[in-house]
Amino acid sequence: MTTADISTLTPGLNDPVFDGQAIFRALLMAMAAPGRVRSVPATVEGPVPLTPAAAGVALAMFDLATPVWLAPPIDNPAVRGFLAFHCRCPIASDPAAAAFAIVDAAGAEDLAQFAPGTPEYPDRSTTVLVQVDGLMEAPGVRLSGPGIERHHDLRVAGVGKRFWAAQAANAACFPLGVDVVLVHGYNLAALPRTTKVET
Amino acid sequence: MPPMTDARMKTGKDAAAENGTTVNATYNFAFLDEQTKRMIRRALLKAVAIPGYQVPFASREMPMPYGWGTGGIQVTASVIGPEDVLKVIDQGSDDTTNAISIRKFFERTTGVETTEKTAAATLIQTRHRIPEAPLSEGQILIYQVPIPEPLRFLEPRETETRQMHALEEYGLMHVKLYEDIARHGHIATTYAYPVKVAGRYVMDPSPTPKFDNPKMDAMPALQLFGAGREKRIYAIPPYTEVKSLDFDDHPFELPTWDSVCAACGAADTYLDEVILDDQGGRMFVCSDTDHCAARQAAGHRGPGPATEPRR
Repeated sequence: MTTADISTLTPGLNDPVFDGQAIFRALLMAMAAPGRVRSVPATVEGPVPLTPAAAGVALAMFDLATPVWLAPPIDNPAVRGFLAFHCRCPIASDPAAAAFAIVDAAGAEDLAQFAPGTPEYPDRSTTVLVQVDGLMEAPGVRLSGPGIERHHDLRVAGVGKRFWAAQAANAACFPLGVDVVLVHGYNLAALPRTTKVET
Repeated sequence: MPPMTDARMKTGKDAAAENGTTVNATYNFAFLDEQTKRMIRRALLKAVAIPGYQVPFASREMPMPYGWGTGGIQVTASVIGPEDVLKVIDQGSDDTTNAISIRKFFERTTGVETTEKTAAATLIQTRHRIPEAPLSEGQILIYQVPIPEPLRFLEPRETETRQMHALEEYGLMHVKLYEDIARHGHIATTYAYPVKVAGRYVMDPSPTPKFDNPKMDAMPALQLFGAGREKRIYAIPPYTEVKSLDFDDHPFELPTWDSVCAACGAADTYLDEVILDDQGGRMFVCSDTDHCAARQAAGHRGPGPATEPRR
């Protein structure tokens, strides 16, 4: 049981209904166009080290029904208190039991630790938010697949070969696999399991 | 930096004031409670990530019976925001009972602007048609679906059909299409014609006429499907391959007809038959009322009702 320290707790969404809708819509359109960078259209102040985009997605999407796993560099009492107070989501001790996970770039090098779904229910898989050092629609990796007309270019700062190898291994599991949302500052971009990455 | 700093979010009441509609303040914005919306939104994200796969969701009772589009309505209610412009069509028409009542429902519960113009809409909820005018990137087409499982009439057990999808075992569907050919000489399925999405899942496109199937392929708009009674959500992301099932020697064929629209003269649209009298008089008009009205406004004219009643 986590209790929030009220003296350091950062606020939730100004308007949970309309901010929540706007953040979800940005996420939906990002998932429908992998590699396109969208910004979270609300003012969000998450506890360190959560970026505004990660905190915004948490406030819009997490609740009682979604166990959340925090990678060690993200996990601290302030983050746990923020999620417990605003989202009331359980914190998962096992990444394979999580509906959502928040990790740093190093944590995304092992995507196999998360739930890939089952052959009958591939939707029962973890959605992994990855905090990266930069996100730009610029030449970097070349993405193709559903949601992409020809190809999208995406430049992600602070990730290495092992990160992209994990993405490729994840995509090879289709229709199983996790869905990745890259976040930086107020920006986010999605890499669902259907996206092919050319490095 | 936050993209919206001090600007206050537009709310449903602001939208209602701008659009001259009356919001029923007794309900949350778009009727559903926030917990339900989050549950549907999470299902939608997984549906987009696994194109053509049916995601189970905890469908709610809506203030109208199953069969009136409760799945589509729940999807629309979870996606819609105060900035959206909503169009609702029923068999292509903006002014039939189902379309009008759903449009009024969202006017009263959200206050958003509604339109009949396909190009002006950001969200289009549809029952059994895809608009004739091509949709564009950023638009969302939301289908009302009665039976989401394409294999249901071939295999009634959900446990079995789930496994068939998991194993990509679609032989039964090809047998069904083959039996059509054996019996009728051609594939006689004319609506709810099964498609394969992104080379993996076989999907029911809802009971749209097969005339509309090619429009689903590589469509720039996002397509979302909601089945309320059956509690399933599925999706096709933009620019995704949607292939109608067929055989090498019996390729998918579009239906053809000799008539043109009596009102606008279009020869390339899906036509509805309108009975004019009890003497066999009839005419054919575009099922997409907005497309037909736009063509008439641009000066196109059709032959009008047939002057001589047929037999």
